[in-house]
Amino acid sequence: MRSFTYERAASPADAARAVATTQGAKFIAGGTNLIDLMKLEIETPAHLVDVQDLGLDRVEETEDGGLRIGTFVSNTALSAHPRIRADYAVLTRAIQAGASGQLRNKASTGGNLLQRTRCSYFYDTNMPCNKRKPGDGCAALEGYSRQLGVIGTSDSCIATYPGDMAVAMRALDAVVETVKPDRTVRAIPIADFHRLWGDTPHIETALEPGELITHVRLPAPLGGQHFYHKVCDRRSYAYALVSVAAVIQNDGTGRVAFGGVAPKPWRSDAADAQLPNGAAAVVRTAFADARPTEQNAFKIPLAERTLAGVLAEARTGTRS
Amino acid sequence: MEFNAPAGENLFDRSKIVGKSTPRIDGPLKVSGRAPYAAERHDVAANQAYGWIVGAGIAKGRIRSMDLDDARRAPGVIAVVAATEHDPVGSSNFNFAPLFGGREVSHYHQAIAVVVAETFEQARAAAGLIRTSYADGDGTFDLSKVAPGAPLASDRPSDSAKIGDFDAAFAAAPVKVDERYTTPDEAHAMMEPFATIAAWDGPKLTVWTSNQMIEWSRQALASILKMEADDIRVDSPYIGGGFGGKLFVRSDAVMAALGAKAAKRPVKIAMQRPLMFNNATHRHATMQRLRIGAERDGRIVAIGHENWSGNITGKAGENATLQTPKLYSGANRLIANHVAQLDLPEGNAMRAPGELPGHLALEVAMDELAEKLGMDPVELRIVNDAQGMVPGEPDTKISDRNLTRCLREGAERFGWSGREARPGQSRQGRWLTGMGVAAGYRAAPTMKSGARVRMTDRGELVVETDMTDIGTGTYTILAQTAAETMGLPLDAVRVELGDSAFPVSAGSGGQWGAASSTAGVYAACVALRRMIGEKLGFDADAATFDGGRAMLDGESWSIRDAGALTAEDSMTFGDFQKDYDVGTYAGHFAEVKVDAYTGETHITRMLAVCDAGRILNPLSARSQVIGGMVMAAGAALTEDLHVDKRFGFFANHDLAGYEVPVHADIPHQECVFLETLDPISTPLKAKGVGELGICGPGAAIANAIYNATAIRVRDYPLTLDKYLDRLPAIA
Repeated sequence: MRSFTYERAASPADAARAVATTQGAKFIAGGTNLIDLMKLEIETPAHLVDVQDLGLDRVEETEDGGLRIGTFVSNTALSAHPRIRADYAVLTRAIQAGASGQLRNKASTGGNLLQRTRCSYFYDTNMPCNKRKPGDGCAALEGYSRQLGVIGTSDSCIATYPGDMAVAMRALDAVVETVKPDRTVRAIPIADFHRLWGDTPHIETALEPGELITHVRLPAPLGGQHFYHKVCDRRSYAYALVSVAAVIQNDGTGRVAFGGVAPKPWRSDAADAQLPNGAAAVVRTAFADARPTEQNAFKIPLAERTLAGVLAEARTGTRS
Repeated sequence: MEFNAPAGENLFDRSKIVGKSTPRIDGPLKVSGRAPYAAERHDVAANQAYGWIVGAGIAKGRIRSMDLDDARRAPGVIAVVAATEHDPVGSSNFNFAPLFGGREVSHYHQAIAVVVAETFEQARAAAGLIRTSYADGDGTFDLSKVAPGAPLASDRPSDSAKIGDFDAAFAAAPVKVDERYTTPDEAHAMMEPFATIAAWDGPKLTVWTSNQMIEWSRQALASILKMEADDIRVDSPYIGGGFGGKLFVRSDAVMAALGAKAAKRPVKIAMQRPLMFNNATHRHATMQRLRIGAERDGRIVAIGHENWSGNITGKAGENATLQTPKLYSGANRLIANHVAQLDLPEGNAMRAPGELPGHLALEVAMDELAEKLGMDPVELRIVNDAQGMVPGEPDTKISDRNLTRCLREGAERFGWSGREARPGQSRQGRWLTGMGVAAGYRAAPTMKSGARVRMTDRGELVVETDMTDIGTGTYTILAQTAAETMGLPLDAVRVELGDSAFPVSAGSGGQWGAASSTAGVYAACVALRRMIGEKLGFDADAATFDGGRAMLDGESWSIRDAGALTAEDSMTFGDFQKDYDVGTYAGHFAEVKVDAYTGETHITRMLAVCDAGRILNPLSARSQVIGGMVMAAGAALTEDLHVDKRFGFFANHDLAGYEVPVHADIPHQECVFLETLDPISTPLKAKGVGELGICGPGAAIANAIYNATAIRVRDYPLTLDKYLDRLPAIA
């Protein structure tokens, strides 16, 4: 880990300006991912701007019946929030499917959106990685890729967004609110928040330099049955091979987002529209452009089978 | 004392303390954080500096150059010891890969430098400034490619054997199985990393470290550092898990010693987790072929077990056939182990080396044979249970063996009769359910073990031995043994372990520790009893020691009246044992449910019924067995070091990528010990259990998955991607 300087910002705009104007600066919230990456010198910020004092640790009701979640609300607090549990159960289930209790106590809402990939080669600085070092090559393409992405990837990078929370947020059409160093604010639909890798896998989100996530807004509740089925090699504290976040209405329509398969939570309107026709139709549509490796091709039939299980439970109204 | 004839009736047959469930005497220290592990020993040497090991970034080749200037100039740096400026260290009999090898790189993450600084953070930061350039060499990393040409191993007598005419008998057998199985490389993944504080006092070196085998390591360090063993002290009183990974000196101790010499200060190193998987040892991957031929009544007539593995020297592979000569009868037999040369990190002992992967193959092959025979798999094992002589070693007698009882009692307790024999027939909602069984065998060797016992003038008994407690409960069983032998209450005994200043013990490995070290403490206590008898004027061997007194012929003496005394002895094991195979046996049962949609497997119940002689402390023995069952569940379902065959390393080298079981994976576990005694083993008639618990449960889980799904996967771990396409069709 390199030495760094540290400050605690007093306002969101101050924080944004501090990061924008300080060479090599980054925000730090819970630190559950960033500090690990700093220990391995995958991240080497010269300066950290802590966002814990910004008052962004509340969940507020919005006028349209939705919720506005402060960026510093912990995963634990968010998943336990009565309104989240009652009206956005897919989000509670997704958050609780991830990490461990201790990590969820520390991990923040905004930070979790920025969680970086768990690709083994990204984590080993002896290995080529375009994400760590643009132009370096990708060791994963023909290497150990079982955990990695099957769609939305590129010849530069096949990493996934590894988290769970954002997959549920994608199903809920959450909106990411930010403030820029010039104090302007904007609202980024979560669909547009994470980028596909293309030729620039080191650029992972739509955020501009110094732009700070202040809130995540959830639209009014959708009703319906909420599901989050995360398939892992072990039963907790593991990254998803495939996860399915779904909100299914009584008439069989609904929304579905897939995790563990792509640089972002993977969802499309066209695939949603196939829900009444069953899991095979949804997955055929959602994964039409998939380019899996030999090691991770199983993720596509796994996505179909996982969704089929969810839809069967939705039909019978039982969860098991 | 020599144990030179089978044990007769003795004081342990009337025991009040040995054999009783006893909470760990070191438990309060451990749960309150006062049992200092190696990296926490802030008090043992003043002015400790911190070391950080740099691992090689290639698997095979040569270091062209290392730019050390920035690191040396970095804040707080005291010394940098680098491979380009230092001769390779010596080797030892206990490990194969160089622990600090100069410019030649033999495997990925081989130690190539240590940076010593005032603080841990400074050492780590400076290490990041070292720039190393390599000349890549060609390495061999793919076992499946080199296995066909791998020579037959000849390191050990158990490596190969032929009895009768296997080929003819197998060809003629009316029912047969011929299948191939693979097991992956596995990591010990113990909680406590390799950690050492090293300090020099002139020519003398002390290492406070985390190590299972104190004397081996003292000798190895002497050979590696090219110094006299008598100038080295090794101290390792508490060990946070080893599983065989800490049987040997690793680079933490070597680099701490070199760093301390360069810095002229004590140096502490705790190896960073990402380095542990490639820097140190692992369990070797295996490829196995099982051929078993039987009569239609289930009697085995031919059994052949061939095994292929690889290692950095082309020697000392993972001998997966070890249990096969012992478990089942059959007149015609073939054992063959082949070892290829690979340039991966060193393969070496990991909990039940050989037997863990061996059971994963043999005990599934037995399940496959039972199905072909239309026979219950419990009954098939019982029909072939060997009696009297070891089936694959016809000159060797079996000491005490109750495998059939293990299987029968296990079947009864587990509700085996409720198992649906036809696979893939039991479904509850989305879950396919099934049960599986496996037998378990693990040898119970004994090794010479010494101890010193001191009676203080306050009547306290202090036991000193270089034996280690690797989380197994050694402190407690040694206290129990000493208290029982001396007729003292348990709380009058204090146990000091892990210091090379103490008498040499058997150490902790190969499931020999408990039986051997309790026998050693017994020997020392017998010597002390004799000293007391001599001093007070009675025949100690004829007397009874109880309640702090010795009693004989109506007279009695307070043993405290003998004053402060010290006795030392060791137990050696006589040649008569060579006529016997002393083993431990188990019946392992598992129940699983498999998600018919996703293939996720949940273990729902596990049971082990164990036959391991006298159980010294049922409480800690149970912990040993269920811990083994957890590790076997990992081997069956998740654990897999992924070899990157281009770069030649284990790619998933952290605890996020290498998935050991978590609590949520492990259901209720039951462990039952049969009340048996083995008079051939030791005067206590006890045997080890530390590895028995891992021998078989993985196969029981695999067989349960087959029983649930009718899908047989022969490549471990049994992850869902290997059978997803064979699960029931979904609507």
